[in-house]
Amino acid sequence: MSTSAKAAPRPAGGPTPANMHIRFASQTVAKPYFVAAIGLFVGQVIFGLIMGLQYVIGDFLFPEIPFNVARMVHTNLLIVWLLFGFMGAGYYLIPEESERELHSPLLAKITFWVFLVAGALTIVGYLAVPYATLAKITGNDLLPTMGREFLEQPTITKIGIVLVALSFLFNLSMTVLKGRKTSISLVMMLGLWGLAIFFLFSFYNPHNLVLDKYFWWWVVHLWVEGVWELIMGAMLAFVLVKVTGVDREIIEKWLYVIIAMTLITGIIGTGHHYFWIGTPGYWQVWGSVFSALEPIPFFMMTLFAFNMVNKRRREHPNKAAVLWALGTGVMAFLGAGVWGFLHTLAPVNYLTHGTQITASHGHMAFYGAYAMVVMTMISYTMPLMRGREANSNGAQVVEMWAFWLMTIAMVFITLFLTGAGILQVWMQRMGEQPLGFMATQDKIAFFYWLREAAGVVFFAGLLLYIVSFFVGKREAARG
Amino acid sequence: MSASFTKSTARNIFYGGAVFFFLLFLALTVDTVQTLPKRDNRANLTEQVARGKKLWEVNNCIGCHTLLGEGAYFAPELGNVYQRRGPEFIKAWIKAQPTGAPGRRQMPNFHLNDAELDDLVAFLKYASEIDTNKWPPNIEG
Ligand code: HEC
Ligand code: HEM
Ligand code: HEM
Ligand SMILES: [Fe+2]
Repeated sequence: MSTSAKAAPRPAGGPTPANMHIRFASQTVAKPYFVAAIGLFVGQVIFGLIMGLQYVIGDFLFPEIPFNVARMVHTNLLIVWLLFGFMGAGYYLIPEESERELHSPLLAKITFWVFLVAGALTIVGYLAVPYATLAKITGNDLLPTMGREFLEQPTITKIGIVLVALSFLFNLSMTVLKGRKTSISLVMMLGLWGLAIFFLFSFYNPHNLVLDKYFWWWVVHLWVEGVWELIMGAMLAFVLVKVTGVDREIIEKWLYVIIAMTLITGIIGTGHHYFWIGTPGYWQVWGSVFSALEPIPFFMMTLFAFNMVNKRRREHPNKAAVLWALGTGVMAFLGAGVWGFLHTLAPVNYLTHGTQITASHGHMAFYGAYAMVVMTMISYTMPLMRGREANSNGAQVVEMWAFWLMTIAMVFITLFLTGAGILQVWMQRMGEQPLGFMATQDKIAFFYWLREAAGVVFFAGLLLYIVSFFVGKREAARG
Repeated sequence: MSASFTKSTARNIFYGGAVFFFLLFLALTVDTVQTLPKRDNRANLTEQVARGKKLWEVNNCIGCHTLLGEGAYFAPELGNVYQRRGPEFIKAWIKAQPTGAPGRRQMPNFHLNDAELDDLVAFLKYASEIDTNKWPPNIEG
């Protein structure tokens, strides 16, 4: 492991006179990425609320926005804003860890606009024309990859994503190679390269449905329960080093143990998706056993965050960032660990597979792990990029209110969907006289109304979060 | 964590564990792929089924329905709809959409011709004959 002595000399200007709170001017390319992430997050939740209404008022906005269209927009915006968040985090974190300017800030800016425009065009495509038309005009016939959950993007968009990822990875890899190599930057890079590599399986779409499904999970599961956890761990470790002042050696040791457990349990844990899709029966054993251990790395993440904060050697003025870091630990464990475990054993999954139980877990896990870790990073870095060590007290109070509103609302969304899911399983899948799907949905509509109400609270929290960026400007500027 | 357990030990566990379990996963994948011909109904994977799968995809049926339990949870499971409803019902159903019943969840009309409907039904029949370890628990899906 090379040391800072080997790192490139401090570029002229070093800490920019204009902003003494960031070490390298090029780190600020992260800012537009974070702004875009938050903007797309708002869009995601609006479409979530539309679908939430369609669950109870079936013909709401039909035929203008059929449910499947709203769902594509909701989930694809989610993935895209998280990717914007990861990229922003990469552009901020890698120069700082590498102790040198980003290889090419210009490339990072170009990549930003390419990604934003491609993403926007894709969403417009979903909304403006029937999906089959979109498939036709984007040349899906040449290489059919569309029409699978989460991978609905036109093939050309997928190619665009790969190019954006390559430009991003090239930029960061060059920075790391020329600079100091830390465990945090190494883990971050491993995670990001893994993200790009596993995405390539989205181009494999055989006619054989079982093979299609088998390798579809190499994107979806090996992302969220594999390489993304490396990215998450690295981001969390980076922020914890900064806000707690705990010795880097200790933090990086934790990081390695956590991600070791992630891959030891999570890779074979993919088997929890191979119970009922035509794959051999032995996956029920492999999948159940290994995925039952998957909560371990998430629990360690919680312990990690709390331990480091308890052992802190400084009082960082950015209390909101510390709250987000602790919150990520807790909510990732609840959403992924506890709600994942709930339905991961094959005999249980036999009953819950593809029900509202799945939706409940999907929501809390995505929010608790990935949405929250991105907001942790934003919370820590945005004030620095805006020229202050932390936001004013007033702004932080608003941000913490937003944290609690969104987080508690998500807990309730999860609980209501879990309630709906249990009743759905009971009525539709158990007993001698099972009800049909639609009849069951009618009977549990009450829970969907409650979920929608919790969703509105979530949305209010998100708006408050945005407000927090505009609170107490003058006060902070002085500080 | 104790001081005798060093960062480089942790790092080695990470690399060793990742490589070992990824290789194990690859081995299980090879075995799965070799076992699949007995389970995945490929004998009936005709040209027509392949066309049906493509229609399934370019109309984004997965955006409302589950297929073998994966997809969206807004509309009925279709992995076993061939057994639940039969081919004629499925074709008539798709042609008759949307129901327009006030307040009821709606499925769009996809303007499919008769040949395309046959392709879709062939795909749903093929999917329904995959060996899924007896999932779903009952005919309602
Ligand atoms: C916008 C959402 C949506 C999309 C997209 C959609 N469906 Fe549906 N589908 C529904 C809903 C809702 C029902 C149940 C409606 C009812 O019972 O009134 C349904 C019912 C069905 C049924 C009858 C199921 C049963 O058990 O009675 C079949 C068959 C079906 N859809 C096939 C398809 C196919 C094939 C596609 C793709 C070409 C498709 N659907 C796309 C919403 C959708
Ligand atoms: C942050 C990490 C995680 C995220 C973001 C996440 C997200 C999701 C999502 C979105 C789905 C639905 C996939 C689909 O649409 O078909 C899903 C399914 C599933 N997840 Fe997770 N998950 C995570 C971790 C876990 C863990 C740790 C476990 C087990 C302990 C787990 C167990 C499951 C199971 C069993 C299913 C299949 C549900 C079904 O059969 O319908 N997940 N997950
Ligand atoms: C706040 C209001 C929200 C509402 C009302 C809402 C509603 C919905 C609905 C109705 C679906 C489709 C379920 C189905 O297939 O039938 C869905 C899917 C999904 N949503 Fe949301 N959502 C909201 C917010 C969020 C947030 C904040 C996240 C994550 C950060 C999120 C992540 C997801 C994911 C991952 C799926 C796919 C789940 C799966 O396949 O199992 N949603 N949402
Ligand atoms: Fe999984």
